[in-house]
Amino acid sequence: MSIYFSPFVIPFLIGVIVLIIICCIKYIRWYNQFDRVQKTVILKNIISWRFLSAIWETIMEALLHRKVFKRSFLLGYMHSSIALGWFLLIIVGAIESEIAIQTDKPFWIGIFYRYFVHDSHAFKHAQFFAHFMDLLLLYVLSGVILAYIKSIYSRIVGMKKTTKHVIFDTFAKFALWLIFPLRLLSESFTAALYNNGGFLTQTLGNMINYTVADVLEIPAWTLYSFALGTFFISMPFSRYMHIFTEVIFIFLKKLGVGENEQISGYTMFELSACSRCGICIDNCPLHKDLQLPGVQSIYFLRDLRYKRPREEIAENCLMCNRCVAECPVGLDLMTIRRQMRYKKDLDTHANYNYIENLQPFNSIGRIIYFAGCMSHLTPGIIDAMTTIFEKVDQKYWFMDKDRTICCGRPLLQQGFSIQAAELRRKNTQLIKQSGATMLITSCPICYQSFKKEYNLPIQVMHHTEYIHMLIKSGKLKLRKDDLKVVYHDPCELGRGCGIYRQPREILKTVTHLLKTKNEKEKSLCCGYNLGNTVINLEQQTKIRNAAMSSLRAKNPDLIVTACPMCKKAFKRASDFTVKDVAEIVKENIISE
Amino acid sequence: MKKIAVIGAGPAGIEAASALALQNMEVLLFEKSSNTLTNILDKAFLFPDFSLANDMVDKLNKKLLHQNITLHVGTEIVDIKQEGHEWKIIDKKGMSYIVAAVLLSTGYTPFDAKRKEELGYGIYNGVLTSLDLEKMIKYNHIENSMGEKPKRIVFLQCVGSRDEKSGNNYCSKICCVTAVKQAIEVKKLLPDTEVYIFYMDLRMWGQSFEEMYRESQEKYDVCYVRGRISEAATTFDKKIQFKAEDTLVGLPLKMNTDLLVLMVGMEASCGTKQLAKKLSIEGDYGFAQSLNIHLQDNETTSKGLFIAGSCKRPMGINETIADARSAALAIMDYVDVNQSNKESLADNN
Ligand SMILES: Cc1cc2nc3c(=O)[nH]c(=O)nc-3n(C[C@H](O)[C@H](O)[C@H](O)COP(=O)(O)OP(=O)(O)OC[C@H]3O[C@@H](n4cnc5c(N)ncnc54)[C@H](O)[C@@H]3O)c2cc1C
Ligand code: SF4
Ligand code: SF4
Ligand code: SF4
Repeated sequence: MSIYFSPFVIPFLIGVIVLIIICCIKYIRWYNQFDRVQKTVILKNIISWRFLSAIWETIMEALLHRKVFKRSFLLGYMHSSIALGWFLLIIVGAIESEIAIQTDKPFWIGIFYRYFVHDSHAFKHAQFFAHFMDLLLLYVLSGVILAYIKSIYSRIVGMKKTTKHVIFDTFAKFALWLIFPLRLLSESFTAALYNNGGFLTQTLGNMINYTVADVLEIPAWTLYSFALGTFFISMPFSRYMHIFTEVIFIFLKKLGVGENEQISGYTMFELSACSRCGICIDNCPLHKDLQLPGVQSIYFLRDLRYKRPREEIAENCLMCNRCVAECPVGLDLMTIRRQMRYKKDLDTHANYNYIENLQPFNSIGRIIYFAGCMSHLTPGIIDAMTTIFEKVDQKYWFMDKDRTICCGRPLLQQGFSIQAAELRRKNTQLIKQSGATMLITSCPICYQSFKKEYNLPIQVMHHTEYIHMLIKSGKLKLRKDDLKVVYHDPCELGRGCGIYRQPREILKTVTHLLKTKNEKEKSLCCGYNLGNTVINLEQQTKIRNAAMSSLRAKNPDLIVTACPMCKKAFKRASDFTVKDVAEIVKENIISE
Repeated sequence: MKKIAVIGAGPAGIEAASALALQNMEVLLFEKSSNTLTNILDKAFLFPDFSLANDMVDKLNKKLLHQNITLHVGTEIVDIKQEGHEWKIIDKKGMSYIVAAVLLSTGYTPFDAKRKEELGYGIYNGVLTSLDLEKMIKYNHIENSMGEKPKRIVFLQCVGSRDEKSGNNYCSKICCVTAVKQAIEVKKLLPDTEVYIFYMDLRMWGQSFEEMYRESQEKYDVCYVRGRISEAATTFDKKIQFKAEDTLVGLPLKMNTDLLVLMVGMEASCGTKQLAKKLSIEGDYGFAQSLNIHLQDNETTSKGLFIAGSCKRPMGINETIADARSAALAIMDYVDVNQSNKESLADNN
């Protein structure tokens, strides 16, 4: 038996062993659930620069929690002090014991170093290490104290709603909360006895009576070990599973692995990589405007992870992407929702026979204009686009003018992935056969579909990109009117496809663009998003009104958007003027 | 003499003003437009009897010549306040008037068809509202967007009424019969034009409405299709093409037409909405709310504040006139009772 052993190490040891075994079992099982493509991608990319960038991302996100910092400084500090602080305690502790003890030593020595090594001058810089370890402990403790406060009063760290957790979480949480105070206590007792502490533990140690310390030293270290053991054992079953899983997830993602339309091992990694931080709750429109409990991404993932998914929760999401934009882990939340919406039992294959009769139009030398089903309900947009095409002498094939099929995305969002694939196949064929070199669409839903779900050999543009290009190249000359406008970022165009700049630049050319409170990634959903089939009209209206009042806060003359859905949503609201970017452009064309 | 303020010089306001004046009350009648009867002026004929709208306008306006009535046109009332037993009426220019009782007869506005963009109003020249068509009929000038005689006219019912999406779940009551009336008028002027009416169900509730509907089919060959039109677009020859579903046959259909006429419903007018809200008598959809639809349909929760006509709910002219008279009666009762109360108070002192 090593001299660096004491019975109190046992709980810790058991914890570590159980943790390693369970994690290995889980990870291996999930890896086996990867499909062939996912596995090939990993093997192909494992030796590449992607690996380095994954390391970087791990440091930035898993340790420093950069994205959480962006959301709120205190929340970021809380997360990073515990993660980074603990990580450094382990690393620096290992270095310290490595320098101090040249002989064989067990791996836990760094964790209980001060109990086993009493000589405060064991090596040259031992004093420095003692102080430095104390500093790190203080750093972690400050985070833990913030966590105490957060659980009592979450607004301090910038969150309105904190998460309801499962029982394992509670266990793990209390263990985690106890670990560092207990470490402080144990080291202080030891310092009281042997004067081997740093600035913090020694100061505390000096205040403790020698006899008291003598009696309580071992119990304190035992409790510390118990806390560690409890935390490790409950970790794989609690949200703290994210600590390791997040790192693996970051690597997988950086190596190019992604979600499939069906649940895979990757999904399992995602589910466990969610730290249940709750950041996705506050700004979810279903929480903010409707106070619907239990449907936000955090709850959805939790229920799925504990194998009690509920269909109505999978369906109850606007697919507005707001939580995706906020999630510090960067989980692919929308695809997981879709996987759970998958409607395999509904075979509607026969319904699609008619699409075979559709014929392409010879469009060599032309572009394709695909307005989108929704734009057909807002003919003002179509009218504006066809006018613009004529103005710049652009020949086009109006692909979905008549007798046409949908891009498929609305079906996909509802879980009809087979049916959507059928439509994509036919549209792809029509587009390829037409000979056109570019496709322009007025609908962000179609745009996202053509961009991401299709694999088209031709360029795809949203009409705002196209108009922007026309203006830049001088083909389209516009005058500036003196309207004050605000721009509403449609979910599918903004957060969905990252188009923020072009519509704004167009609007700055033709109007006076006012800034609004909720812009770009923070834009509010109009509520009429096709993603949600559960909420009713009244609830949609509430979400819409919230978005609308934020847009109207600065009294603009009109609201401009770039999506027929958003336009319809706002237009139904009132007599307030709402226009599409294309319409404003059309009105301001200078005709020579 | 007691002073009564009547807000809005539509059929309701004029009828009530005249009835009150005949009973020796002094009436201040306020109208925000420069004309009275704004909602009747542009009409050609009135349902159910095809009488001339101009006649109605003349007859009603003549009633205003009574010496007890002071008409303030171009005067929009923006606020009404109760001050003890009296009421203070404030117009847009800041002038105020003190009266003993108030009658709100601020009426309706036709639904703004642009709000249903999918139907193309304001975008395609071939899409009209019933009001636009009424004007064309009045001046016998029915044309398509190319300036030609239309070969086909399609009416669409329930635009902005019975429509959850526009926020109006109620039936506007007057548009079914108006469509039948206008279809007949079109046929009288242009016998060769095909006329279709797309409806959800036809509500021929009034006296002689059903006969009119039957006549439109038997005598004028108007064709009725049950189904709603979902969207309209334009064709290369500037016609209107629309998609609909024939819900009797159960088939989707697509059809071209020269003119698509949207039968717009009635919404509470801006004045009705604003004043009803300020006076806390706001009912459903912004209309003004009476105390009891059966027994106190002109009274409100405030004593001395009365309502009449289409500011309460959609209604035709005959119903409006009857309602205005009943309001006048209620006001006279109120003034009498108030008067005797005051006298008895004075006696007691
Ligand atoms: C398309 C259409 C066709 C119709 N055809 C017929 C028909 O053929 N036969 C028939 O019987 N009925 C018809 N009607 C119904 C008829 O128009 C109404 O029944 C009638 O106008 C109601 O009268 P009113 O006085 O209640 O309201 P209104 O006619 O609306 O009068 C209200 C008046 O109040 C004024 N006002 C509003 N706010 C203020 C304010 N704040 N201050 C001062 N003034 C204000 C308005 O300017 C308006 O002049 C039709 C309606 C429509 C929509
Ligand atoms: S989904 Fe993302 S934001 Fe939401 S709780 Fe999980 S980690 Fe946090
Ligand atoms: S996508 Fe939108 S509605 Fe759905 S959970 Fe995320 S924030 Fe809420
Ligand atoms: S009267 Fe006829 S057209 Fe008008 S809302 Fe009622 S049912 Fe529809």
